[in-house]
Amino acid sequence: MSFFLNPELWALTVTVSVPLIYASLGGMFSERGGVVNIAMEGMMLMSAFVSVAFAYASHNAWIGLLAGVASGAAMSLLFAWATLKLQADQVVVGMAINLLALGLTGYFLDAFYGYNGTPISTPSLPTWHLNVLSHLPVLGPALAQENVLTYLLIPTLLGAQYALFRTPWGLRLRSMGEKPEAGRSAGLSVLRYRLSGVLLSGILSGIAGAYLSIGVLNSFNVDMTAGRGYIALAAMIFGNWKPKGALMASLIFGFLSAASIQLQGSIIPSDIVLMVPYLLTVVAVAGIVGRTTPPAADGIPYQEESL
Amino acid sequence: MKKWALSALKPLLTVVLGLIVSGLIGQLTGYPASAVMSALWLGSVGTVTNFASTLVIFIPLSLTALGIAIAFRAGLFNIGAEGQYWMGAIAATWVGAMGGAWPPGVHLLAVILAAIVAGGLYAMIPGLLKAYRGAHEVITTMMLSYAAVEFGHYLIEKGPLMLPGAIPESPAIAQSATLPILVPTTELSAGIFLALGAILIAAWLMTRTRLGFEITLLGKNPKATRLAGVSAPKLTVISMVIAGAFAGLAGGVQISGVSHQLMDSFANQYGFTAIVVALLARNNPWGIIPSAFLFAALQSGAGYMQMNANIPAQMAYVIQGAIVFMVAADRMFDWAWIRFRKGRWGQMPPSETPAIAHEEVSL
Repeated sequence: MSFFLNPELWALTVTVSVPLIYASLGGMFSERGGVVNIAMEGMMLMSAFVSVAFAYASHNAWIGLLAGVASGAAMSLLFAWATLKLQADQVVVGMAINLLALGLTGYFLDAFYGYNGTPISTPSLPTWHLNVLSHLPVLGPALAQENVLTYLLIPTLLGAQYALFRTPWGLRLRSMGEKPEAGRSAGLSVLRYRLSGVLLSGILSGIAGAYLSIGVLNSFNVDMTAGRGYIALAAMIFGNWKPKGALMASLIFGFLSAASIQLQGSIIPSDIVLMVPYLLTVVAVAGIVGRTTPPAADGIPYQEESL
Repeated sequence: MKKWALSALKPLLTVVLGLIVSGLIGQLTGYPASAVMSALWLGSVGTVTNFASTLVIFIPLSLTALGIAIAFRAGLFNIGAEGQYWMGAIAATWVGAMGGAWPPGVHLLAVILAAIVAGGLYAMIPGLLKAYRGAHEVITTMMLSYAAVEFGHYLIEKGPLMLPGAIPESPAIAQSATLPILVPTTELSAGIFLALGAILIAAWLMTRTRLGFEITLLGKNPKATRLAGVSAPKLTVISMVIAGAFAGLAGGVQISGVSHQLMDSFANQYGFTAIVVALLARNNPWGIIPSAFLFAALQSGAGYMQMNANIPAQMAYVIQGAIVFMVAADRMFDWAWIRFRKGRWGQMPPSETPAIAHEEVSL
């Protein structure tokens, strides 16, 4: 019981979950439009590096964040060009983007900063203190003292829910993921809507990456994302392609990660705890407990006929 | 031009372009392109030792890539071969470190068979889930791959394969379970013959047997498979098991021939690089020989480049990524060509990328 009452566990849960929530929301927009996006890992990684580099060079963490998000968006445009315009296989291109990001960030880290890694004088994004919340038992410390990007999640989540289900754009984006021919016959450009979904995934993955490098830390190391992009993908699927689901799944996966860290040195093997998110996702995809339903046209390239 | 020459032209072009991109990046960041290229060359094929270390990497890459290529032929994207590779290695370590007196050769055979069975069984799970529950194999193999790696970590950190000490590693396998070393002072083992034999078997399977034909048919046209009276679900499971068996064998050979014990670094992401190998080989077992050799050379050359010329070894990933991107988006060549000839967007031929069957997509 004392394990669950430890405020550290919940603070850690929030820290691990925040990038997962951002990235899984991004993946949701992309897949709702019909584009399978395993490239979030690479977009996050690229942004994590670029935001450190720019934050250090400009002595301003906000400029770092902006540059990081821009780099995530740039990667998503490259991804979109190959998958939408050239109709290349989405999973293979996603893999290529991940490899490119892993190689480029590792290479530039070594080439620019050498053996010592990124400079320790890199500024990081501010932490806000909400003293009102700090008196809450157990959860207080987790909620009262968080990075600004954590608080920014609340409007992002509400915005995502509203945009996807309450706006014409959201309706059209979802139609492109379910039946692009229908959207096309309504005179809409399938590719343009899909592009908007992919671009949003780049921007949100960019925020997630910046959170890792200049949010909780102020440094970058090789393969810093360490598979978080894939966990975010899993969270989005486990959350059934919905903002609320992505939030809940990210929190569950984040909690399991945090628990495995807290369990290190105890009898319960932490590696087994880390296996749970992956196995849960397999179970969910297989429909053994609560079947998930992806958008019907998810992953299928669309050839826009010339008018 | 002959047909095979044409089909080799695009992959060759992507490799050359990948190298040019890396040379440019090197040049722009203060490492002359000539230094990058000569270090890569020297480090991969320049000396007998370096050539041997390239072949050492060739073994797991080619074996795992065979599994991925066969699954691809069936229209299945086995993106989680890394997990099957780990499972093969785990089984090999378990049998190899079992102890007891074995007749000569039997222990080694048991190790190899255990690896094949473990990899095959582990790949059977996504196969069954795809065939009977419609779960997309990209997601299931990827997730099961991460789960397998965590399972491996557990075994060597706290589980039954743990060797007491600060470093998480398993006990070493018995001498009788190791593959003989071919070139003294290097890590090149008789595993190279297993790799070449496996390529032969895979080529025979895919081009000369009924099963190979049915697998190709399933990938090209699942409906036709059904009309031909072949059970598509059964074939899906069989293809995945074969794919996993090759990846498992790769893990077993790596344990038995190179690392002799299970530890975190033994895998070296070979399962992921092998996807690139299979893609560049266009899923042709014979094509895997040059393709796996190229990426093995790249990897061993990059290590040498880091150590001797101080150029970051991560360059290898940049080249790999650029090649995969160009292989996947191979229509960019047609696109560029049409732009060049007509000056506008014309009709493009369909992509040649061995795409996933878009028959029933349910991620």
